[in-house]
Amino acid sequence: MKKEARIIKVSGPLVVAEGMEKARMYDMVRVGRMGLIGEIIEIKEDKASIQVYEETSGLGPGEPVETTMAPLSVELGPGLMSGIYDGIQRPLDIIRDKTGSYITRGITLPAVNRKKKWDFIPLVKKGDEVRAGDILGTVQETPLVVHKVLVPPGIEGEIRVIKKGKFTVTQAIAKVKTSSGLKEIRMLQKWPVRMERMVQKKLPPEVPLVTGQRVIDTFFPVAKGGTACIPGPFGSGKTVILHCIAAWADADIIIYVGCGERGNEMTDVLLEFPKLKDPKTGRPLIERTIMIANTSNMPVAAREASIYTGITIAEYYRDMGYNVAVMADSTSRWAEALREISGRLEEMPGEEGYPAYLGTRVAEFYERAGRVICQGTKNREGTLTVMGAVSPPGGDLSDPVVQATLRTVKVFWALEDRLAYMRHFPAINWLNSYSLYLDNVETYLGKEIASDWMKLRNIAMAILQEEDSLQEIVRLVGREALSPREQLVLETAKSIKEDYLMQDAFHEVDVYAPLAKQYRMLKVILELHRSSKHALEKEVPLEKLLTLKVRERIARMKYIEKKDIKEFDSIEREIKREIESLVERKE
Amino acid sequence: MVKEYLTVSHIAGPLVLIEETSGIKYGEIAEIELATKEVRRGRVLEVTGDKALVQLFEGTTGLNVYQSRVRFLGKGIELGVSTDLLGRIFDGLGRPIDGGPKIIPEERIDINGNPINPTARDYPTEFIQTGISAIDGMNTLVRGQKLPIFSGAGLPHPQIAAQIARQAKVLGKEEKFAVIFAAMGITFEEANYFITDFRRTGAIERAVLFVNLADDPAIERIATPRLALTCAEYLAFEKDMHVLVILTDMTNYANALREISAARKEVPGRRGYPGYMYTDLSTIYERAGRIKGKEGSITQIPILTMPEDDKTHPIPDLTGYITEGQIILSRPLHRKGVYPPIDVLPSLSRLKEKGIGKGKTREDHGDVTNQLFACYAKGKEAKELAIILGEAALTELDKLYAKFSDRFEEEFLAQGEEENRSIEETLDLGWKLLTMIPTSDLKRIRDEYIKKYLKQESPKSEVQRPKSE
Ligand SMILES: Nc1ncnc2c1ncn2[C@@H]1O[C@H](COP(=O)(O)OP(=O)(O)OP(=O)(O)O)[C@@H](O)[C@H]1O
Ligand SMILES: [Mg+2]
Repeated sequence: MKKEARIIKVSGPLVVAEGMEKARMYDMVRVGRMGLIGEIIEIKEDKASIQVYEETSGLGPGEPVETTMAPLSVELGPGLMSGIYDGIQRPLDIIRDKTGSYITRGITLPAVNRKKKWDFIPLVKKGDEVRAGDILGTVQETPLVVHKVLVPPGIEGEIRVIKKGKFTVTQAIAKVKTSSGLKEIRMLQKWPVRMERMVQKKLPPEVPLVTGQRVIDTFFPVAKGGTACIPGPFGSGKTVILHCIAAWADADIIIYVGCGERGNEMTDVLLEFPKLKDPKTGRPLIERTIMIANTSNMPVAAREASIYTGITIAEYYRDMGYNVAVMADSTSRWAEALREISGRLEEMPGEEGYPAYLGTRVAEFYERAGRVICQGTKNREGTLTVMGAVSPPGGDLSDPVVQATLRTVKVFWALEDRLAYMRHFPAINWLNSYSLYLDNVETYLGKEIASDWMKLRNIAMAILQEEDSLQEIVRLVGREALSPREQLVLETAKSIKEDYLMQDAFHEVDVYAPLAKQYRMLKVILELHRSSKHALEKEVPLEKLLTLKVRERIARMKYIEKKDIKEFDSIEREIKREIESLVERKE
Repeated sequence: MVKEYLTVSHIAGPLVLIEETSGIKYGEIAEIELATKEVRRGRVLEVTGDKALVQLFEGTTGLNVYQSRVRFLGKGIELGVSTDLLGRIFDGLGRPIDGGPKIIPEERIDINGNPINPTARDYPTEFIQTGISAIDGMNTLVRGQKLPIFSGAGLPHPQIAAQIARQAKVLGKEEKFAVIFAAMGITFEEANYFITDFRRTGAIERAVLFVNLADDPAIERIATPRLALTCAEYLAFEKDMHVLVILTDMTNYANALREISAARKEVPGRRGYPGYMYTDLSTIYERAGRIKGKEGSITQIPILTMPEDDKTHPIPDLTGYITEGQIILSRPLHRKGVYPPIDVLPSLSRLKEKGIGKGKTREDHGDVTNQLFACYAKGKEAKELAIILGEAALTELDKLYAKFSDRFEEEFLAQGEEENRSIEETLDLGWKLLTMIPTSDLKRIRDEYIKKYLKQESPKSEVQRPKSE
């Protein structure tokens, strides 16, 4: 006799069901009378272990389980932009309209609006040969984003019908004659979240993602299509940096994944981004942003899914040829969700109880980043940049999640609590952090900004490194033991730290520094250093150099607005004037 | 008629296994009746086939396999709510212990609550004046924030929490407010300190207390904060009150969680705490905030004692990862006699930025705070240097900063337990201390504020103070 599929065990987010002969790995299921959403994560004979994406209280043995015979997928199509979704892409704003301030269970709602009509403008004509990835036409999704409707994967052939006008996402906008018959194409598509979307090929990243954060752009840049991580103890500034990057980075599309973090941080983005304006177009930044919010108190299994939901949507926009950036805050919470489920499956625990496959999963996730040639005949280029916060216990970098991440990503922004206590923000340690994209982006920066960009960067870094060893001496024997030149190095390093690296995320001007401004600021600091060194050689007393009036202007340089960039010429002239007059008096 | 089971098969720590059951739901309440007729309550932690694993809140002492009768109630733990809860004292499971009448509930609410939809939240921005300079000036509390106190054994966190409860107010507003106090495993004396203080000031009328003492059942502590927060949500979001919730001591809560995890033989995480502790704590701490379209708010002040004063211990560590900042108490400051001994440098209020400044506190607030932080940090650094290399190694400026940091601790941080400073007083005190520092070194303050607020201290008398132009 065939057994009905029914629950035999409930343990937190894990449910085991028997009579599941038809079950396939990673298929979605409906669990219990409430029809809670779950995903099959282990199969033993006719028993399937299911991670349930909703709170399981009130669920018990004997209740029915129904498989949907489809893997966990996201809906893709116009209407995603400016949206906010939970970890399995349920629209939180619509849920609120339906059920009020609290999230209740058993709700199913389409992620993409079925009723809204979009103005579809075709870019192909009848008789054209198309294949997967080719652009059929566009709709203006938001004033900032043109949504390109692509031929879905697996379809190749001749356009038989192409429409123009207003359509919902489920109406056919084209018909393609393929080898297996005539296929209707709609704007709405689906894609399983755990599967990487196909590309033609991957290319090495070359162009920096300009974030407007000086310490990042100047010292530890991430490339468009690259990967970066930002580990640090609580309160060291991970979220603030990711928010700043989400707001100001020169990406076309931002996907912000709040993975097991605070509710108010998502609210903050929701309330601020409609007010912040894109520097290029003056449009509200929310028009290019999609949020995935699975906060810490929301179901843990959906948290595990959230980063995949986020990155799949990101790949979809990348396929249109956009520069997409994904931030995941925090990947540690994702890993903990993985650990919790693994523990309940009674898998053999690895380090710190994390499953042995933690490293593989982390690597697979970041591997989905890249600069690529998209599918289609036009060889469109798109990039997907991924940045993840990591929250190690006690800020300890030997944490397995940090270590697994560092093995994969190319940029390491090391946050340090000591800097945060001193209110040196962003609290990114300039000696421990690194970027493996420096060589990649050098050519671009040399061309776009200034040929000596990299040279200045390296001089500044050398000064910071020298300061570190000089501080060691100061701690042992005091400052007097240093030569005037060495003391000048300390002073310049201080200026680099305070007047350049420190950047206030809450100051309306300082929050974002364009590359041109970064270049001028750094140049000023290093010019003062160079000419002061020269003055020392001419025996100008150090005292005099340290109390130059221009230093006050340098300290306020970060507040110079873009339109007043000439101010830097004037500062440079003043440096020259003040130092020359000191040297002349000496001669 | 509720079915009764006599099929307890296994008892370990706080856990009981009941067999041959049917229709049991995950998370529902079980009542176990002992041979003595005593009834204890528990919660279903896991159901496998016909076996149900129950965690008993009141412990398993005296429980027997053969004589225990188990009933499952088909629902989770609920709190009967009504505004009559105000002014009352309950035990850790919500039963009155003040001799007062039974509460006739308006409704019964599951104590686990539901997550607030992030789109329904309103961002907290209203400044709460606690009257404590170290908090108002340096790590400002706002309405709807969750700001824990990281303390240590023997440090005066009860006094600070009681002072906040007494003095907290939003400027220029008279509104309905309430204080909810949840005690988990604290001593009778400590609980009594709060109760007496609430009585003395009359605050008890607007307070609800849930008290689980050190000698009360440990596992009950799992329920206590949830009862308190359910009560808070009711008063805040259904009765429009501004609710301050004090949870003390979260360390005892976490230890109860560890006890259950150990009894279940789960793979332990750091220091034996379960891997899901972050998520579990978040289901408590995230129940603070504001909701769009609702008058009321929930502000949470959880208190925890850091084992060995170690901030990286899993309890403070995971708490800090969830809450919106932390107030850290320092033993060295306490030894120096500074009350409140708040170590402002590692303390943090993440919601400060939107709660201060023009129209909220005062325009110069942000700059003054940054400057005080910078000067105090510098002063402490100078003092450390002096310890290694001797006073002589310090420059004149270093010495000035060292002096500044002493005065900052003695005059700014230190204040009386009954002293309620207005935000103006706090900021003016900050400016007064900043006169010690050369103006050219006040890099973090805008010139306009320096012109407006910096008054040179005159050694003679207030009247002869030179006027700035
Ligand atoms: N760039 C910055 N400018 C000014 N203040 C900052 C900056 N970065 C961080 N801060 C301060 O530090 C606080 C903590 O930052 P943030 O919330 O980003 O920490 P976090 O590393 O994400 O912590 P957690 O791991 O607990 O989420 C902020 O609320 C803010 O006060
Ligand atoms: Mg954060």
